[in-house]
Amino acid sequence: MSGTGNIVTRLPFPTAARRELGDEQLRRNLRKATHTIRDKRLRVVGEVPDWEPLRFAGAAIKDDVLARLPFLLEQFEAAATAAGATVHWARDAEEACAVVADLVRATGTAEVVKVKSMATQEIGLNEALAAVGINAVETDLAELIVQLADDTPSHILVPAIHYNRTQIRDIFARRMPGVDVDALTDDPPALAEAARRHLRARFLSTKVGISGANFAIADSGTLAVVESEGNGRMCLTLPETLISVVGIEKLLPTFRDLEVFLQLLPRSSTGERMNPYTSLWTGVTPGDGPQTVHIVLVDNGRTDTLADPVGRQALRCIRCSACLNVCPVYERVGGHAYGSVYPGPIGAILSPQMSGEGANRTLPYASTLCGACFDACPVRIDIPQVLVHLRQSGVDAARGRPSAERTAMRTMSFVMRDRRRYAAALRAARRGAAPLRMVAGRRGAIRHLPWPLSAWTSSRDAPLPAKQTFREWWTREHSS
Amino acid sequence: MRIALFVTCVNDLMFPDTGKAVVTVLERLGHEVEFPLDQTCCGQMHANSGYREEALPLVANFVKTFSEYDAIVAPSASCVAMVRESYPRLAPSAELSSVAGRTYELSEFLVDELGVTDVGARFPHTVTYHPTCHGLRMLRLGDRPRRLLEAVEGLTLTPLEGAEECCGFGGTFALKNPGVSGAMLADKCTAIRTTGAEFLAAADNSCLTHIGGGLSRGDAPVTPIHYAQILAAQ
Repeated sequence: MSGTGNIVTRLPFPTAARRELGDEQLRRNLRKATHTIRDKRLRVVGEVPDWEPLRFAGAAIKDDVLARLPFLLEQFEAAATAAGATVHWARDAEEACAVVADLVRATGTAEVVKVKSMATQEIGLNEALAAVGINAVETDLAELIVQLADDTPSHILVPAIHYNRTQIRDIFARRMPGVDVDALTDDPPALAEAARRHLRARFLSTKVGISGANFAIADSGTLAVVESEGNGRMCLTLPETLISVVGIEKLLPTFRDLEVFLQLLPRSSTGERMNPYTSLWTGVTPGDGPQTVHIVLVDNGRTDTLADPVGRQALRCIRCSACLNVCPVYERVGGHAYGSVYPGPIGAILSPQMSGEGANRTLPYASTLCGACFDACPVRIDIPQVLVHLRQSGVDAARGRPSAERTAMRTMSFVMRDRRRYAAALRAARRGAAPLRMVAGRRGAIRHLPWPLSAWTSSRDAPLPAKQTFREWWTREHSS
Repeated sequence: MRIALFVTCVNDLMFPDTGKAVVTVLERLGHEVEFPLDQTCCGQMHANSGYREEALPLVANFVKTFSEYDAIVAPSASCVAMVRESYPRLAPSAELSSVAGRTYELSEFLVDELGVTDVGARFPHTVTYHPTCHGLRMLRLGDRPRRLLEAVEGLTLTPLEGAEECCGFGGTFALKNPGVSGAMLADKCTAIRTTGAEFLAAADNSCLTHIGGGLSRGDAPVTPIHYAQILAAQ
C-alpha cells in the first residue's frame, strides 16, 4: 500500500528548484548554515577512532531489523502493551491521523503540545487536528518558528534553516501571542527567551502531549527521543496523556543496540559529541509521567519500500540530515524544492519509494551522483546507487511510451556498440561541427546551442569536437 | 605486460590530446601501449540515466575488447569508476569482474602499478587541481594525481577552496536541472578564479568541459587542462 500525506511532491523538481534559486537570501542563509554544521560534524567525527566500524555496525543492526521486521514489531507490541501502553497500527497517513484525532478527542481537550517529529509532519497531523478543532502547539524552537510563519519545514533537523535571525525576529513580533514587541531584538538569547515564555505556559496547562521517537526498542517496548532543547522532555513528562507516532522502521532489537546509535546520531546531525537530552519511556509508571500512553505504529509506504532489495536500505535512515548538509544541490535550493517533508539526498530516494510509482519521478534526477551523501551517512546508505536504481525503475516503467530521450539513448547505444558505426558517427560529428568553428569565440567555444542543448549554453560555453578524433590520429600514426 | 589505452568516447571526439598525452607518458616510461580499435563507450551515460538495457551492449563490447589485456588504462576517473563499480552491479559475471579489476585510472596505474611519481615532465605554470567526484569518492584516488603534479618540474600547485565540492556537471543533470547546475558551476568558477592559477587541472574531461564552459563564459583567464597533458609536457 503506497504512502500518503506530505511525502508527495506537487511540482517537478526542476520547476520547484527554479523558483527557490531566484531567492538570493535563501541561498545565503542555506550556505552559511549548512557549511557551519558540516564543518562541525567533520571535526567531531574525526575525533572518533572507530567511526568507520561504527557506521558498519549501524548499517548491520538496521539491516537485521529490516530482515526481521514483522517479528520485531510483534515483540515490541507485546512488550509495550505489557508495560501499560496501548499500541495502534496505521497503514497510511489518513489512518494514522484519524487514530490520533480520535484519541485526542476522547480526552476532551482542544490543545496539544508537540515534540518535533518527522512522522507527524509526514502524516500531516497538525492540519488533520486543526480540521477537527484541535490546536497543536509545536514546542521545538525551529518548528515553532515555521508554525508561526505558517510555513513548512525545509530541513529534517533544522526546520527553519531557511530563515536568518532578523527574519525570525519579525515572525515572532508579528505572530507570537503576547510577545513584547518593543523589547524583542534579533539577539538569539532574546528570541529564545520570548519562545520560552510563550511555551512554558502551554507545557504547564496542556493535558495531551504528542511525540515521535528516534528509536523503538523491540525487546522492552521502550521509546527514545534525543533532542537539544529540553522541550521534548517537558512534553514527555508533564501531560496526562502521551501519544507517540512512530514509523515501523524505527525499531532496534535490544537496548544494547542503542549504544551504537547514540554515538552515530548526535555527531552526524548537530555535530555534538552527545545530545543534551535523551529521554526513554516504557509504557506507564504509576505516579510518574503520563498515565495514559498510546503508540501509533505507521507504515505509510514503508513495507513497499522494504519489498525492493536495492531500495530498502533507505529504511536504515535515522533522520540525522548529514546528507542534506553536504549536498551541493540541497545547498542551492533548500528543502522546499523537494516537495516532501524528507528533502535532500535521502528524500530523493525515500519519498518516491514511499509514495509509489509515478509520483515524485523527477526526484531521483535531483542529484549529480557526486557521492558526498554516501560518505556522510552514518548508516552507510548508498544513496547514489539507489538513485540510479530508481532512475532505472522509472525508465523501465515508461518503456513503450514514446520519448525523445529514450530514442536518443537507443540510437546512441545502437551506434556505439559497433566500432564501424561508432567511428563513422565520430567523423560525422567532427565534420558537422566544422562550420561552427566560424562562429565560435576566441577559445573555440560556442555561446548558444539550439534546444535541447540550450540548457547547456544557458550558463556555460560549449566546446567543439577536435579537428581529428583520437582514433583517426592513432590509425594514421600506426598505418606505416 | 600488455597495456591497453581506453581513451573514452568524450576524449576520442572532443579531447584527443588527452589520449595522446597518456601514450606519451607511458612510452616515455618505457612501456608499449596498444589501442584496440573495437573500443567505443563505457555506457556510463546510459546506465546513470537509468537506461540499463541500452547500457548492456556497451558493457559487453568493453569486456570483449579488453579481455586479453593485463592492464586497461583510462584518463577518466568517472569512466573507470563506471567499469569498476557499476559493471559488476549491472551484470555480475566472473569475466566482467576480472576486467573491472584490471582497469585503472592513469594516476593509479602510474603510482600503484608502475611505482612512479616523477614522470619526467616540465610545466612552468601555476596550476590548481579539482579532484572530480568520481575520482575522489568512488575510486578514492586520494593524493595520487597531486603527487604526480608536485613532481613536475617548474609547476606551482595552488590550493582550491571547496575543492571537494561537485562542480555541478553530473552528466545529464546539467541538462535536466540547468539552473541548479549553473549555480554550482558559478561557485566553482569563483573559487578557481580566486586561486589566481593559470591552469585548472582535473582527471575528467567531462567535468573540465563543464567548468571550462563556465570559465569561458565568464572570460576568466584560466585554462582547463587534463592533468595527463601536464604530465606529457616537457
